[in-house]
Amino acid sequence: MPASPADRPGQPRVNAATATIAKANADRANIDRSRVLGHYRTMARIRAFEEAADQALKDGHIKGAVHLSIGQEGVASGVCVNLDRGDFITSNHRGHGHTLAKGADMTAMMAELFARATGYCQGKGGSMHIADFQVGMLGANGVVGAGIPIAVGAAHAMKLAGDRRIVACFFGDGAINRGPFLEGLNWAKVFDLPVLFVCEDNGFAATTRTRAVTAGPGPGARAESLGVPCTPVDGNDVVAVDAVTADLVARVRGGGGPQFLHATTYRLRGHTAADAATYRPAAEVEERWGDDPIRRCRDLLALHGLSAAELDQVRADAVAEAAAAVADGLAAPHPDPSYAWTDVQDVDMAPAGGGR
Amino acid sequence: MTELTYLDAGRTALAEEMRRDGRVWALGEDLGRGGVFGQYRGLVDEFGPARIADTPISEATIMGAAVGAALVGSRPVVEMRFSDFALCAVDELVNQAAKARYMFGGQGRVPLVVRQPIGMWRSSAAQHSQSLEAWYAHIPGLVVVAPATPADNYGLLKSAIRCDDPVVYMEHKDLWPAVGHVPVDAEGGLVPLGHGRLVQAGSDLTIVTWSRMVDVAMAAAALPDVPSIEVIDLRTLWPWDRAMVLDSVARTGRCLVVHEAVQAGGFGGEIAATVGEELFGRLKAPVRRLGAPRIPVAYAPVLEETSRITAAQVADAARRMV
Repeated sequence: MPASPADRPGQPRVNAATATIAKANADRANIDRSRVLGHYRTMARIRAFEEAADQALKDGHIKGAVHLSIGQEGVASGVCVNLDRGDFITSNHRGHGHTLAKGADMTAMMAELFARATGYCQGKGGSMHIADFQVGMLGANGVVGAGIPIAVGAAHAMKLAGDRRIVACFFGDGAINRGPFLEGLNWAKVFDLPVLFVCEDNGFAATTRTRAVTAGPGPGARAESLGVPCTPVDGNDVVAVDAVTADLVARVRGGGGPQFLHATTYRLRGHTAADAATYRPAAEVEERWGDDPIRRCRDLLALHGLSAAELDQVRADAVAEAAAAVADGLAAPHPDPSYAWTDVQDVDMAPAGGGR
Repeated sequence: MTELTYLDAGRTALAEEMRRDGRVWALGEDLGRGGVFGQYRGLVDEFGPARIADTPISEATIMGAAVGAALVGSRPVVEMRFSDFALCAVDELVNQAAKARYMFGGQGRVPLVVRQPIGMWRSSAAQHSQSLEAWYAHIPGLVVVAPATPADNYGLLKSAIRCDDPVVYMEHKDLWPAVGHVPVDAEGGLVPLGHGRLVQAGSDLTIVTWSRMVDVAMAAAALPDVPSIEVIDLRTLWPWDRAMVLDSVARTGRCLVVHEAVQAGGFGGEIAATVGEELFGRLKAPVRRLGAPRIPVAYAPVLEETSRITAAQVADAARRMV
């Protein structure tokens, strides 16, 4: 029998914020249709992008690793809708959803996966290092937990400058066993920094079940032990994530110090796109597809009067946008080899041929 | 000109840069009380605890936070206390600070300075004595600086703080009390990164060195029966002043690299190889290196001494090359 989120040791203690969730549930009777439709659109775009990337990988257009967030779109959309364009986010290796939800351009993202000169990083980063500083996306990161201190530092600089911008820091449940998690949360609390820590708890640390390698009750308890309040949420319920995050962002922006959002979700695909994830039973994955955040959002919208045709159109638009991004990416030029020598460092007087 | 210690020269440089640029701030352990060696003494009184920030003993986050703070527009000066402790923050320095600009296609810069004192000092044993400059010179994206004099500690630190690249700034603990003339000038007095210093001209042999070993090389040159030695202080290990070194060795025909760090895998190998590649036909003797044996630095002075490069050893090596 697969573990449900409620069985998992990572489930945090209930606190006052649970009331917010209850309120969100009650509000289902009267949802903000345009806002929820916005989530549906954002999640559909993330899904379409990743499905297209997955296919492009199979077709040989992508060489490097691609980590899909299929099944986790509710967290990215529910959190980022509450951030201003100028607010910052840091991400991990599974960052497509966060990046798109923060407002990045799908075409430049796909071009980056295709290692093209028109990609966000001119082909130097790939899937794991997409960044869009124009929308405050400070970078996906290939080292688990490494985005945590960076987020903390960005928030520290904001506080130092008297800037009201905040930072949302996305990481997975695997990251809580790395030192930067402990150090970063401690630091954020000590300096009362404007950080929203977002633990996307998908139950897996790469290909190992996180609970098998995690002592104690898990992410929320660790955060609270450092004085950072934890709010649990069903990460596959985008409306709940949105409602809870709105409250947390208000507290963070209001000078209330760091907050911790523990969003339980599920990674419907393997650790990387190439990982068949045979370490988990097919029945477990099948069951989780029934909890797909996009399907749940669609059902909610249908309940509130949106027609199947309208909802299908959102999906079709997203698929078309991703297809266009693929076409643009394939048509885009590869980076000139000279790009390899740019943006390394300015202070380098080594002449050509030496110090290479 | 002002007479300052190496330590006070660095402190003066930081204070001036913090006055000049409100984006500059310092973070690290115990800075409020002046830092472990006093390099930050009194600065909190002028700049306050927000800009001279006492942090938890969390090297990884000190460095990682500095990366994040730099990416969004501030200019952090990071204190690691000892080069050895900076090893707790290698991911943040090597994988993050050195890579962010490149990986993100030039969207962000990481203008941080990480001060990590190096060298043997007062029986500090194996975890407080290392000279790890070669590690960072090996990493694309990092600038590596190792000042040898008070004037250079002043002028190079100011340049490092103004640099838009991440700079590994390695002061030598044994040099803190060294006194010298410093051209204190809030807007001038900068020493450019990447340029060596001709410490002494000579005709028979070029010694290439940096940091504390500059004094040792000069002491060796003054010993009896030593050939005419040209001494070059690299000051910056990356980028290093190839032109100055190659020009000098082309004239003298001999090159000896001296460093306090372990010889095996040290930066001396890079210099020796470059000189060999570029000047093979003009060398009058094989290029030699003089560095520490590949043993951890011990506590007992008599054992510690086995790791130390002395003026007598340098002089002996020079004599045997000519």
